[in-house]
Amino acid sequence: MRIAYYPGCSLDTTGVEFRLSTAFCANQLGLDLWEVPGWNCCGASSAHSTDQLLSLALPARNLAIAEKEGLDMAVPCAACYSRFKTVEAEVRQDEKVQQDVAQVIDMDYRATNNTRSLLEVFVEQVGLDKIEAAVKKPLSGLKVACYYGCYLVRPPKLGHFDRAEDPESMDHLIVKLGGTPVEWPHKTECCGAGMITLSPEDGLPLTYEILRAAQLCGADCLATACPMCLMNLDLHQESVNKKYKADFNLPVFYFTELMALTFGAEPKEIGLDKHFVNSLPLLAGIGKKETA
Amino acid sequence: MAGIELSAVQPVAKEWTEKLQAAGIDITSCYQCGKCTAGCPMAQSMDYSPRQIVRLLQLGLADDALRSRTIWMCASCETCATRCPRDVDVAKLMDLLRIEANRTGVAAVPEVPIFHKTFLESVERYGRVYEMELMMKFNMRTRKLFNNVDLGPKMMSKGKLHFMPPKADDGGAVKKLFERVRERRGN
Repeated sequence: MRIAYYPGCSLDTTGVEFRLSTAFCANQLGLDLWEVPGWNCCGASSAHSTDQLLSLALPARNLAIAEKEGLDMAVPCAACYSRFKTVEAEVRQDEKVQQDVAQVIDMDYRATNNTRSLLEVFVEQVGLDKIEAAVKKPLSGLKVACYYGCYLVRPPKLGHFDRAEDPESMDHLIVKLGGTPVEWPHKTECCGAGMITLSPEDGLPLTYEILRAAQLCGADCLATACPMCLMNLDLHQESVNKKYKADFNLPVFYFTELMALTFGAEPKEIGLDKHFVNSLPLLAGIGKKETA
Repeated sequence: MAGIELSAVQPVAKEWTEKLQAAGIDITSCYQCGKCTAGCPMAQSMDYSPRQIVRLLQLGLADDALRSRTIWMCASCETCATRCPRDVDVAKLMDLLRIEANRTGVAAVPEVPIFHKTFLESVERYGRVYEMELMMKFNMRTRKLFNNVDLGPKMMSKGKLHFMPPKADDGGAVKKLFERVRERRGN
């Protein structure tokens, strides 16, 4: 299966392990990712807080290149995905928007192709059966809190692939990898996004609540599809511990990292050593017969 | 809040109701149930709750909304827009208020629009975000030179932050895109 691929800025920097593990999984599953040549930043929160047309045009240029190639677009980063879905919907709904966007990007773009989150591509298009068949080292009952965050599922009017309030696609995936998804209430709570950096006293309480809920519900680790969420929960876990006199030691993974590990990847090859919370001790137990 | 002069605020209420309607947001639908605020993860950091922001606009007190801390504390998580029983897109409303507050120079938390401006300059120049430069410029512009200064080396030690700028190889398309947006805005 061939699909256009938009890594987004984070996958070359703060989320480099998302890129490495995605490439590994795609290769194992025979998914042909065609990286959009000359792709540009989606504009993130900065564009939609500054100028409506700019916030539509930046993602649209990438989508137009994929449309020209006749391909749907796979987007790993949940935040980029949300911007792409927004443009797609607005261009389809309003002819004037379509024309304005086309003029600004100097390319035709009619949103005849679909943006899909990478999670959706793996779970729904590649399929859980094919994924299960590729598992060589199951997660051996590893207890995973599947953390969807905001942008994989909200707002539902954009036509997301999973439920807005209690999504379950990642939970189904974890089961197929041999892990045990925990029941927990913070699947779609906001991590604090940019507030963690811009105003830590306002942002950190959100990160704290997510880590606390995961721990209380018995999770060994969290899985996510968003580089921003991962940075807040992993890099800033130390700040949370300091501020709240807590002792969280919860590794946070991209779901693709857990997939790649079960497919037989070496931890270093997919960048697991790049996390701030050390996950290697926890992973020592995987690959054995399920014990949980 | 001081008394409200109704004859003065009515035109403002009308202006904002129409402006928002054109963007697909009908604030007259809102019956003030507070569902948006109940689910808002940032509400504790706001001066007006999301429900109160909508009420201010209904009453024609747009200036109070534009000068609020609320619009800059909003994390754009879309929970309000997802749960509103009257289908008022409060998240998009926050975007439009931020754009207007920034345009008119009344932002209550100037660091946030300074961050956005610095971020977009990076995108215009390189086609992608150059995080190292973004962080340094942001700290200089907000005069908080040592803000998050410990994070840089931490990220770099993991190969997650680069000295060199990214290269989009877009043939200058992104620069032109920004220029066309500016032309259309007429500045």
